[in-house]
Amino acid sequence: MISEWVVSILLLFGGAFILIGSMGLIKLPDFFMRLHGPTKATTLGMASILIAAMVFFANSKTGLSVKEILITIFLLITAPISGYMLIKSAIHHKLKAKEGTKGLDNIEDD
Amino acid sequence: MRLQARYRWLPTPFRSLFLFLIWLLLNNSVSPGHLVLATFFAIFIPLLSFSLRDPQPLILKPGLALKQLLIVLYDIVVANLQVALLIIGPAKKLRPAFVKVPIDLTHDMPITILASCVSLTPGTVSAEVYPIPESLSEGEEPSQRYLLIHVLDLKDEEALIKLIKQRYEAPLKEIFQC
Amino acid sequence: MLEIVLLIVFSMIGISLLLNLWRLIIGPSVPDRVLALDTMYINVIALIILYSISMGTGLYFEAALLIAMLGFISTVAVCKYLLRGDIIE
Repeated sequence: MISEWVVSILLLFGGAFILIGSMGLIKLPDFFMRLHGPTKATTLGMASILIAAMVFFANSKTGLSVKEILITIFLLITAPISGYMLIKSAIHHKLKAKEGTKGLDNIEDD
Repeated sequence: MRLQARYRWLPTPFRSLFLFLIWLLLNNSVSPGHLVLATFFAIFIPLLSFSLRDPQPLILKPGLALKQLLIVLYDIVVANLQVALLIIGPAKKLRPAFVKVPIDLTHDMPITILASCVSLTPGTVSAEVYPIPESLSEGEEPSQRYLLIHVLDLKDEEALIKLIKQRYEAPLKEIFQC
Repeated sequence: MLEIVLLIVFSMIGISLLLNLWRLIIGPSVPDRVLALDTMYINVIALIILYSISMGTGLYFEAALLIAMLGFISTVAVCKYLLRGDIIE
């Protein structure tokens, strides 16, 4: 009974974070700011959904399964790397940052 | 910084441990057969692949590394809550900025770990390491290196640089002794 | 109770997939579209995990792991293409 509550709360938390990440993708004004939503909020949302799945299966007939930890570790390791590749290609394509962004002269040409 | 491991037959002890755990996790069991197979892979895969890679610094303080991992995990949760609040709030109030953070780390792998930590934690995404190695001419020593980061909502540049240097860079220097 | 929660979370992820699709269509630049595609990959993993919870079997985790790997590799490959104009130089 308690585990059902824990699973429900973790699932709602994760779903809300994934939704917020995608809202950030739509709402924010320039590419560099849009990158913050998916790299952070969505990763945490995924982690909490996977933990919810782990708690759920630990209390069901299937028994404890720890493969979810693998997916969580994989996402945590790869999210910053794909973010880095994306921001590098955005700088290479000279995308316009939002007006009023400070420190634009810190970007060097490559 | 130490590049050479203590035993020749175990060139990368922590990667071996990681491989061992990953094999058990993939099979989701601790039966004796899988334990033997995991030990076999953990010893022989690093031996075969070691000569293909550049030598990389070893973790010299495993206890501190574990503590730092927990700190970063805690920071990921807190930072994500902050970023979620920033995204829900009005977009006009945000003050995005590019900031250059000077880094003292010299080897590529600690720099990569630092950049990943910065990307996952407080409202920042790391973008580039300056100077770019390709742009250096032959034999020229790389000067002071910088990490270019993009901040979603910049309040105080000095405080942010100090936070990154103290909270993430200093432990990394301690762990790899460089 | 879990059925209702699952329904709510399913619809949340469905809405976020639609939002990502909107960003994929309107762009405006190529990195934006790649970012939208990457986020869609991650949301699809969440969808598969939810489906396996609602079905009550653990058979779908390999699929989720494979999609996670494919998503990462394809994002990196497309970014490399954007950076260099070539995947293997």
